[in-house]
Amino acid sequence: MSDAAAATGRLTGLANPTRFLALVDRVVPWLGGAALLTVAVGLFLGFAAPEDYQQGITVRIMYIHVPFAWLGMLCYTVMAVSALGTLVWRHPLADVALKAAAPIGAAFTLLALVTGSIWGKPMWGTWWVWDARLTSVFVLFLMYLGIIALTRAMDDPTRAGRAAAVVALVGFVNIPIIKFSVDWWNTLHQPASVIRFDGPTIHPSLLVPLLVSAAGFTLMFFTLHLMAMRTEIWRRRVIAMRRLAARAAEGGGR
Amino acid sequence: MLALYLRDVRVGVRAGGGALVGVVFFLAVVAVIPFGVGPDLNLLARIGPAVLWIGALLASLLGLERLFQLDREDGSLDLMVMAGERHLTALSVLVKCLAHWTASVLPLVAVTPLLGLFMNVAPAGLAAATATLLVGTPAIVFVGAVGAAVAVALPRGGLLVSVLILPLVIPILIFGVAAVRGAVADPDPFLPPFLILLALTLFFAVIGPLAAAVALRWSGD
Amino acid sequence: MTSHAAYVAAAYGLSALVIVALVGWILADQRARRRELAELEARGVRRRSDRRTAPAAGGGAGAGR
Repeated sequence: MSDAAAATGRLTGLANPTRFLALVDRVVPWLGGAALLTVAVGLFLGFAAPEDYQQGITVRIMYIHVPFAWLGMLCYTVMAVSALGTLVWRHPLADVALKAAAPIGAAFTLLALVTGSIWGKPMWGTWWVWDARLTSVFVLFLMYLGIIALTRAMDDPTRAGRAAAVVALVGFVNIPIIKFSVDWWNTLHQPASVIRFDGPTIHPSLLVPLLVSAAGFTLMFFTLHLMAMRTEIWRRRVIAMRRLAARAAEGGGR
Repeated sequence: MLALYLRDVRVGVRAGGGALVGVVFFLAVVAVIPFGVGPDLNLLARIGPAVLWIGALLASLLGLERLFQLDREDGSLDLMVMAGERHLTALSVLVKCLAHWTASVLPLVAVTPLLGLFMNVAPAGLAAATATLLVGTPAIVFVGAVGAAVAVALPRGGLLVSVLILPLVIPILIFGVAAVRGAVADPDPFLPPFLILLALTLFFAVIGPLAAAVALRWSGD
Repeated sequence: MTSHAAYVAAAYGLSALVIVALVGWILADQRARRRELAELEARGVRRRSDRRTAPAAGGGAGAGR
């Protein structure tokens, strides 16, 4: 708990949007550069690694598919933490973080679905199976879309942020239940022919590039997230300044 | 609380024949299915429980956005939120959910056996479908209350509520249909999914009103 | 096996496409907001608490109250 308290202390230092913007301006170029470099290295290592004896060349898809799936979940966790930040600590940047993260998370989740589907076509002979894991990710994608729709539906950003925070938290509580129920449903409906991802453990020659590229995509996510947050802060400033300008014009006309 | 419950039930029954529209919608959804998949009775019997559940799910989503909207219009929602601490608000939300369920969803459950006959569902399946709907639909309303509370300030919130809520009620649908299948098909068990469904309902009875109360409290100021 | 290379290429291509679109969208959004801010500042609109001088920008617009 003291750990969390220390974290909050540091976070309240960032509560001032101006200080946050300065930090973002300083960090983003480095973070973005590191992200590009790490992704490039990871993918290069991936293509230099030997092909899997079972899956052949399609195993290369793994180096992007797994990071995307991981980021889809990480992003939702970030959103849930932001939601807590909004509801419990009333951190002013938390709802900005939540709103900015939603489209990025949706994009990565979509990519996880698409690359998984492209991977599945040569491996299983079909674009889509109602496999437990695929289905859970699909439900996650639907939840992202709902939250995006909610954050865009309201004019008042603060109110939208709170509403989205409630929904994101309820969704987060639900994720284990959904996972459990989908597993249940899957065993009920799919006899013997269930396709297993987790066959033999991954060989280190494949694992290292995978970890590197996952780290790279994670850096990329945080870069994009910070950029989107900065844009969102600017958007709110523009709105507030417009309102101010309108009020000033009104007062001057009278 | 009892007064709130009775008032809400009365309003729900009276307001524009809300329950009746829901039942008609349920009927229409179920009646459309055979036109889509063909009148093969064996096939219909197989998918019947699922169709009943999906129809009931959609029909109970239909009226959800009205859960708080009337109260917001006449201002009693603000009174409810202001009256005391948060858990009290959650309790009021719970009562409102139960009232909504009684007025709009219970009729759906009541006509389920009849619609099941159209779908050529076996008698055991009819009983099971009615029982699972009776147990499972409150959970839909409790989750839906969160959506309704979040979207209460929006002019066209109804569609948004459905979009937000549908992914969250997938577990309820899964266990509900699984229980009905368990009652009809022999190797599948009936009791475990039924009990999980019950647990889900109790779980959402806590989570839903709490979250909805938080959302309502903050949409006011 | 060579036909499978097409699948790999498609996966990478689509991913690149989506990520580029995402980055492009964020950049475009950012540029538009920045232009609006500059425009407003050029018109002499000031925030209640001027951005550089006031550390207590809590009442400012950034947090959005």
